[in-house]
Order: sequence, then C-alpha cells, then structure tokens
Amino acid sequence: MRSLALNDLSHNKYYNWIVRNFFSTWLNTSLTIIALIFLYKIGTFFLDWAIFSADFKLNFQGQVITDRTMCSKNIAPGEYGACWTIIYARFDQFMYGLYPAEETWRVNLSFFLLPFAIIGFLFDKLPLRKYFIFFTFIYPFIAYFLLYGGPNLTIVETNKWGGLLVTLFLGVTGIGLAFPLSIALALGRRSNMPIIKSICVIFIEFIRGVPLITLLFTANVMLPLFLPEGVNPDNLLRALVAVTLFQSAYMAEAIRGGLQAIPRGQIEAAQSLGLTYWQTTRKIVLPQALKIAIPPIVNTCIGLFKDTSLVLIIGLFDLLGIGKAALADMTWTKLYYEVYVFIALVFFIFCFGMSRYSLYLEKKLKTDNS
Amino acid sequence: MIEQVIQLEKVNKWYDDFHVLKDIDLSVEKGQRIVICGPSGSGKSTMIRCINRLEAHQEGKIVVHGTELTNDLKNIDLIRKNVGMVFQQFNLFPHLSVLDNITLAPIWVKKMPKQEAEEIAMAYLEKVKIPEQAEKFPGQLSGGQQQRVAIARSLAMNPDIMLFDEPTSALDPEMIKEVLDVMVQLADEGMTMLVVTHEMGFAKTVADQMIFMDEGRIVEQAKPDVFFDQPKSDRTKLFLSQILNH
Repeated sequence: MRSLALNDLSHNKYYNWIVRNFFSTWLNTSLTIIALIFLYKIGTFFLDWAIFSADFKLNFQGQVITDRTMCSKNIAPGEYGACWTIIYARFDQFMYGLYPAEETWRVNLSFFLLPFAIIGFLFDKLPLRKYFIFFTFIYPFIAYFLLYGGPNLTIVETNKWGGLLVTLFLGVTGIGLAFPLSIALALGRRSNMPIIKSICVIFIEFIRGVPLITLLFTANVMLPLFLPEGVNPDNLLRALVAVTLFQSAYMAEAIRGGLQAIPRGQIEAAQSLGLTYWQTTRKIVLPQALKIAIPPIVNTCIGLFKDTSLVLIIGLFDLLGIGKAALADMTWTKLYYEVYVFIALVFFIFCFGMSRYSLYLEKKLKTDNS
Repeated sequence: MIEQVIQLEKVNKWYDDFHVLKDIDLSVEKGQRIVICGPSGSGKSTMIRCINRLEAHQEGKIVVHGTELTNDLKNIDLIRKNVGMVFQQFNLFPHLSVLDNITLAPIWVKKMPKQEAEEIAMAYLEKVKIPEQAEKFPGQLSGGQQQRVAIARSLAMNPDIMLFDEPTSALDPEMIKEVLDVMVQLADEGMTMLVVTHEMGFAKTVADQMIFMDEGRIVEQAKPDVFFDQPKSDRTKLFLSQILNH
C-alpha cells in the first residue's frame, strides 16, 4: 500500500514541481529550509504584532482606550503588539483631513463615485461603456461641486482638505491631467516642426531636471508672481499644477519610448492608404505605442501617487502629513509603527492595484502568438 | 488614345550627399505592368516610393493622374487615395484584426459606413482566398497570408495603380507562389502595376515593360522578350546572368 501511495505522489504535478524547484539539490534544499524558517519567523512575528497581540478598541484589561497610556503595550511593555486605537480615533482625519464632520458625506460620495468614473476608461468591454465614459468626463465637475461646494452646498476651502482626500485628489487629478498633456509632449518632441519640437524638449528636460520638491516650492512661491494681481490660487491648486507638470514630463518620456518602438513601416503603410497625420497617429501609432509604454507609464503613475506625500513640505496635509500630525498629538504620540504601517498599507493598496491593472492590460492587448 | 497615368521627368533625389536617383524619366500608361529589377541600392524602391510621396524628390517632376507631387498635402492625399502600395515587410497593423486592417482606410479616408466597408473587405479577402482568416490578428498568420491581406488592404481603397516593393522577398519559398498568383490575377484584370521584384518568372508572365536600374539610373528599359533575350547593356547582361543562373 505504501509504495502505491508514493507512486501516486510522484505522478502528482504539484509534487513534481515543488521537488524540481525547491529540493533538486542539497544546496537548494537547505536554502529552501532557511528561507521557510525566515518567512515563518517574520510572518508569525508580524501577525502576532498586528493582529493577535494587538489592541483594537479595548486593551487587555477590557478598558476602552482613550489615550496612549492605556495601550496594552504601554501598560505591560514587551508583551503586547500594536495599538490600533490611534487609527480609529483619528480615522476621519486620515480620510478627510479637517473637512467639517457634518459635510464628510460629500467626500464619501465622491470616493464612492470615483470607481464608476474610472471603470469606463479602464475596461473597454464594459457593458454600456459609453455611458461610463460620459460619466468619466462629467465626474470632475461633480467631484469639484461636491468637494468644494457651490449652489446649495457650503463652500469648504481647500485648506480644510486633507488625508486620503488630498492624496487621491492630487494623484488622480494629476495623472488624469498629465495623460493627455504627456501624449501631446511626446508627439511634439518627435515633430518635424522645429519650434514645437524645441518647446517640448525644453519643457521636458527642464521639468525632469528639477526635483519635485523644487517644483512644489516654485509653484507655491512663484506662481502668484506670474499671475495678475488679485488672482491668488490656493495651495492645493498650486501643488496640483506642479504635480501635473512633473508627471506629464515623465509620462511623455515613457510614451516617447513607445513611439520610438513603432517601425517606420507602420506609418508608411498608413500613409500609403491615404490616412492623414492625425488619423495615423490616433489609429495606428498611439494604440501600439501606448501598449508598449504601459509598464513605464504605470511606473510613473505609481511613482507620482507616492510622491504626492511631498506636498507635506508646502503645508498641505496629505495622508502622510495627517499621520505626522496625529503623532504630534500628545494623546497619541509615539505610536509610530501603527501610523506608518497603516499609511503604508493604504498606499500599497492603491499602488498594487495599479500594478495589477497594468499586468491585466498587457495580457489583454497581446495579439500575437509569442 | 493612350492614357498616361504616371510621368517622371528628370527626377533627382539625394540622401545627404548620396545621389540616389539620377535623371529618372519614366512614363506609365493605364493598364501597363512594369517590372523593375536591379541590384540592391540601385534606387528601384526609392523610385516607386517617390510615386506616392513616401519619399520626396528634390529635382524634376512627378505627375500622377495629372496631379503633380509637390509639398501640397492636398495633392499628396489625393494621389495616395488612388495609388496602393504593398511592402516587403507587409506592414500590417498588428493591433487590428485582419478585417479591421482592411476596413480602416475605407472607413476613415473614404468615410464609408462600417457595414459597407466590411462587405468590401470580405470580397477582397475572398479574392486573395483567405476569407476564413478575417477575425484573426496578423501575428497569427503565415507570411504569405499576411502579404495577401496587405494586398487586399490596398485593393479595398479601389486604387487605379498598385505599387509593389519586393512583395515576395521576405517570404519563405513555399509561400511565394500564393502571393504571385494573386498578383498575376490582378494583372489579368488590367490593374496598372509597378513591381520591384527579382521573380523573373513572374516578370516574364505579366510584365509588358521591364526596367533595369543600377546606381540610381534606369540603365535599360524594354519589352520582356527583348530584355531577356537581347539585353543591350553589359550591366544588364551581368545582372541577368547572376539572378537567372543560380
């Protein structure tokens, strides 16, 4: 019976795969075991810290935690894990910043509608897609009305915005505005017209040659100097301008890489059929170039999304800024790990989502057999 | 009366210092089938690429259907609508299905309704004998099938003139015939054709004018029987002996 069982096992493809990849030689086997022990130690330590030995709303004595001194780990040092109460206590700030509590439904509604605005753009096989695309174009106006206010809605100045709201606002709007701008820049950089070409080259090289922080400072301090007196754009708008320009320069270079990979013959074939420059660009060149450029484009998007946390230095409170503010509060100070792990997790969810979407897109757009 | 569809007069072209076309004179009549051969670098591809302005000439005059090719984009668009081109590397659009490859130009250039364009596309796919491949992508077809799609794509614009730039040079030997068969059929239907090729068998079957080019000049131009049996120039003789006797 036993030999029969072993025989069965050796025909099992998972078993074979594991043996082949992890236990093929003595060296491989020992490395596998060391790696497993390491992963086990880290994994159990983290899970224990984050979940099993952690405080959520109550500490180990069953009391409701109201400040840092009541966290289990501060009562019995060394025995307990994270004290997540700070996240609960400050959750509204993490999400909305100083947005008035009675108006936060407006932010929630904007968050809720955001996926519907993006989905039509992301998935081309979606049923009723043209309605979703229509919604993509009206969403910015709805979101502006909801978030900022207007007729029948109290105005909430942008200096009250904060947390995830600012992060998403800068990330999504920055990427959304930079995308068309970067296509124009990439095409312009390859243009035969010397003036257009040099404008694009100078713009891209200048923006790429300057750190985002410098751009943020510049936008913050210098933008008002260029504008007529009395026009005084708020800080968030200034940051948005800087972020958009920065992103568009990087994305333009990613797209240019895609454009360069299109064989000359594709354009010649389109021209010989009588297509105009714009038809050729729209129907032949861009679909192929953007497909090639998906990985670097998504790369710059992820980079930008994380870089939005730099707005902290010009006095905006994005997710990270709100986190730092929470830590500065004497009631909750020194709970660094909890705050930073939570912020990291939120950033990770969005960045990982973008990364998976890019993989999905690459797979979907693959039309050859290779 | 014989209708002149293409006229080249004293056409010269340079790539920087390299003089690639030298005083080319050529006139093509409606329905004529001209085969152009010559060693590589002799300017034969460049010459036919000048006819639909994929390359610009610097001196001389090129007139297609009575329209002179200049920098005027309107004229260029007009000529390209009536002149089809087939390339050595097929140049199908890899992100579009076979059917979409063919309907693209009729829909966007001729503003044809989608359904009508698709009917025409299917008719041309029947003609090149691969209607069953309509939904596939170019990357899923063999070289010979891709080149036949490329021919169908050009024909769907209903051109009066077809330019072929070494249409079989990138093909495996067993696929050359299927492409040449389509071209012979086209010739039988009276299409005006300019073909750059080294397929001398094809040339003998369909050409009514042979052109031999070398170093940017038309060295010899004659009817096929004269061209193959009694070439005048030594360079033509040498070239023919090299490609016919291997």
